[in-house]
Amino acid sequence: MAEAGQDHAPSTTGEFRYISSAMTDLAHIRNFSIVAHIDHGKSTLADRLIQLTGTVAERDMKDQLLDAMDIERERGITIKANTVRIEYPAKDGETYILNLIDTPGHVDFAYEVSRSMQAVEGSLLVVDASQGVEAQTLANVYQAIDADHEIVPVLNKIDLPAADVDRVKEQIEDVIGIDASEAVHISAKTGLGIPDVLEAIVTRLPAPKGDRDAPLKAMLVDSWYDPYLGVVVMIRVIDGVIRKGDMIRMMQTGARYGIDKLSVLRPAMQDIKELGPGEIGVFTASIKQVRDTKVGDTITHEKKGTDTPLPGFKPSQPVVFCGLFPVDTNDFEDLRDAIEKLALNDASFTYEMETSAALGFGFRCGFLGLLHLEVIRDRIEREYDIDLITTAPSVIYHVYMKDGSKLDLHNPADMPDATLVSHIEEPRIKATILVPDEYLGDVLKLCQDRRGIQEDLTYAGARAMVVYDLPLNEVVFDFYDRLKSVTKGYASFDYQLMGYREDKLVKMQVLVNDEPVDALSMMVHRDRAEMRGRAMCEKLKELIPRHMFKIPIQAAIGGKVIARETLSALRKDVTAKCYGGDVTRKKKLLEKQKAGKKRMRQFGKVEIPQEAFINALKMDS
Amino acid sequence: MTDPRHVALYVHWPFCQAKCPYCDFNSHVVAGVDHSRWRNALVAELDRVASDVPDRILTSIFFGGGTPSLMQPQTVRAIIDAARTRWSVANDVEITLEANPTSVEADKFRAFRDAGVNRVSVGLQALNDTDLRALGRLHSADEGIRAFETARDVFARTSFDLIYARQHQTREAWEQELRRAIGFGPDHMSLYQLTIEPGTAFGDRFDRGRLKGLPDEDIAADMYELTQSITASAGLPAYEVSNHARPGAESLHNLTYWRAGDWVGIGPGAHGRFTRHGTRLATETFLAPGAWITAVESGNGENNRQSVSPDDIQAERLMMGLRLTEGVPVEDIAPDFLSRVHEINELMESPALDVSNGRLRVTSSGRPVLNAVLRELLV
Repeated sequence: MAEAGQDHAPSTTGEFRYISSAMTDLAHIRNFSIVAHIDHGKSTLADRLIQLTGTVAERDMKDQLLDAMDIERERGITIKANTVRIEYPAKDGETYILNLIDTPGHVDFAYEVSRSMQAVEGSLLVVDASQGVEAQTLANVYQAIDADHEIVPVLNKIDLPAADVDRVKEQIEDVIGIDASEAVHISAKTGLGIPDVLEAIVTRLPAPKGDRDAPLKAMLVDSWYDPYLGVVVMIRVIDGVIRKGDMIRMMQTGARYGIDKLSVLRPAMQDIKELGPGEIGVFTASIKQVRDTKVGDTITHEKKGTDTPLPGFKPSQPVVFCGLFPVDTNDFEDLRDAIEKLALNDASFTYEMETSAALGFGFRCGFLGLLHLEVIRDRIEREYDIDLITTAPSVIYHVYMKDGSKLDLHNPADMPDATLVSHIEEPRIKATILVPDEYLGDVLKLCQDRRGIQEDLTYAGARAMVVYDLPLNEVVFDFYDRLKSVTKGYASFDYQLMGYREDKLVKMQVLVNDEPVDALSMMVHRDRAEMRGRAMCEKLKELIPRHMFKIPIQAAIGGKVIARETLSALRKDVTAKCYGGDVTRKKKLLEKQKAGKKRMRQFGKVEIPQEAFINALKMDS
Repeated sequence: MTDPRHVALYVHWPFCQAKCPYCDFNSHVVAGVDHSRWRNALVAELDRVASDVPDRILTSIFFGGGTPSLMQPQTVRAIIDAARTRWSVANDVEITLEANPTSVEADKFRAFRDAGVNRVSVGLQALNDTDLRALGRLHSADEGIRAFETARDVFARTSFDLIYARQHQTREAWEQELRRAIGFGPDHMSLYQLTIEPGTAFGDRFDRGRLKGLPDEDIAADMYELTQSITASAGLPAYEVSNHARPGAESLHNLTYWRAGDWVGIGPGAHGRFTRHGTRLATETFLAPGAWITAVESGNGENNRQSVSPDDIQAERLMMGLRLTEGVPVEDIAPDFLSRVHEINELMESPALDVSNGRLRVTSSGRPVLNAVLRELLV
């Protein structure tokens, strides 16, 4: 939040200076996004465009201006869409307004990407000339194609010795199916070819269309929380004109607001009197929470507004769920505070309080995907300094009851009695994996092991592209990590949700000393239950310290035990030497063990250390 | 119960010829020791601690270390003589000195006896040369055995230490070694399982995964059981977790610790526990030899003195007392703790604790897991 705030906070110059020509005619506007894989140079290219057009003074330039959050910088990915308005005097003597929307680059944020794509007319497809096309590039470029974009291929890093321009062009044509003969050759790092990119934007991308005299119709592209300004809303005007002071209405939520401040991003906010068709800008309107704004919503005037909202609106839906519990139970209130603050700026993440016998009080949280989960978890741990236990990620199952009712299950703990259940459906995904030849066999085996159904297998040069229909629950468990390890990091992976399908799904419980440990329950496929149960029991046997009695560790489906290990009783724990000089030291040791008990969770007679939960639930198991 | 008029004296000699890799005691290797300076300092400290507990009967002196067999016999004599002038001395006073069994040290045994030492505890540790080297010992097995034989001839009472559950040691190897050692005819043995302590060379190696072949918990437990049965049938039953003796040959000095009697300590890092004007005090001297001797020469080697709270007295009583086969008299135990006995016994297949004849004892199944029993009892 703070980071987003800094990035979009009004600069002293921007606050008072209005842009001279309030509104620009459509022919002099170009709106575009950049599609690229992580590390292929999207952010660096954006920085060069900003720099070359003098949008930001040289001294204010910091590398990768648009990726504001620490985590985005560290992971080299964009999570929130950012935007910048560039003024560019073209070779034809005219000055153009170029609006770049920097889209989120990850599959978890596919819907946000699709809305950003709808807000612009063209895309730069940036491909690393030494690496070639990746799965993530594909997913995003298909979204650009779906949005009817004109696409300009840009080959980056052509200065690298490993750059193979011809091969990559061929790949773009083969795999994506677009003409790459006029691809722009650049090195974003050195600045080579950047003027050509700017000219290509003006000459090859279409100008937006729109009717200035029609009722206002603007798309809500993104919103974020700014500690000084409140909620900032980014819009693309389709028809009509929006002005400071206007009363507006959000068509999906029905909420009404008065525009307090209207600006464009350069990338700092610069106030503007009005925005017309084809223009992109931001406003504030005393909106309290980001969740009051829905990406894809249509904004119109309260009076004389349009009747027809823009098509394609979808409320964002979490697909991956897990429990977040503080390691130290005393941190619960701090965790609540952290989650509430993060939720202010992220409407796509949901939470509700959860109580676990094993882990105490925590939250059941919903995320757009695994990366989204990791980002939120990292931010809680890092920015709020709270150690977390993350329970096994789960998806939403559709549980059909024998009485005809249906239940959306996102916590295995809530699974009803199996005798009352008719059948269960689980979400499936279409996974696209690009992998060098030599690892293909391992990837196919991994997908098959994860109950995948092969849909397609094609070659693009020395790389195979495989498409699999996979259950999402197998992917959220540890698929990324396994894929990375079997391909030594050379595979790229992307997926889209396909829908629900019935399968043999059961709830597997873990019992320690005959007591169920709720935090370790999980939904699994019946055929994989024994294997998963065995792995969990073996792991717990290593992780739980021996007690004075033997402890059975079991995995069970309903009343049926499917895996069992026995942790034998402690046999030897006695201090060999204890004389006069040892009394104080040994007593301190006992006191330390007393303190250590606070980090144990009591389970019947068994004490399970926190570390055991953390390690048992680790996804790389 | 210990007699409140009694007191025991511990003397710490902090120097060694080499530091053993398993040892976490306060021991130091130095080029040269100024023996007369140390003698004066120890005697000065004896005078100081004696004034804390005057009018007592001295029941034992224990020279520990470090390696006290490296002391000059005249230093040992000076301390014993000084103690005799400070306190009245029990007729059966036990004066023990720990000795390393090198030939040089064995040659000093008679001089130690003449100085007043009547019991020696010989650090045999192992009976084969390979293992002795691995333990960083400077004597061979033969040298050790000869030293023990000399000790037996010279002193009225003798004991030896062995370390078991060593790297690569099997149950069978230990059984053989133990039977052979019993054959030397000791009246007392300290049999310690090798413990890897942090801050020792073994501790460092263990942390880096370089200390291989240590027996796992099950083998260690088997070895412990084996030790109990072999020593019992040889007439040297355990009277404490690691200590075995012919009945009547137990170490009086060490019983003072386990029975929570009063003792005073001199030398670097020596601890004391004694009751003065109705308050039990815990004392400690400076740990580093240099700091200690400087402090002593400016008048006082003590670094810390605290009163022990009633709760801590109780915890120490149980922690130390339950190490003994004889256990702790129930009148010494708060009802709170006694009431937990049943609950703790419920946890195990056979009871860990036993209350009978007015005493709380750890059973033979409880003793190998005494730390866990104490955690349940005290934590």
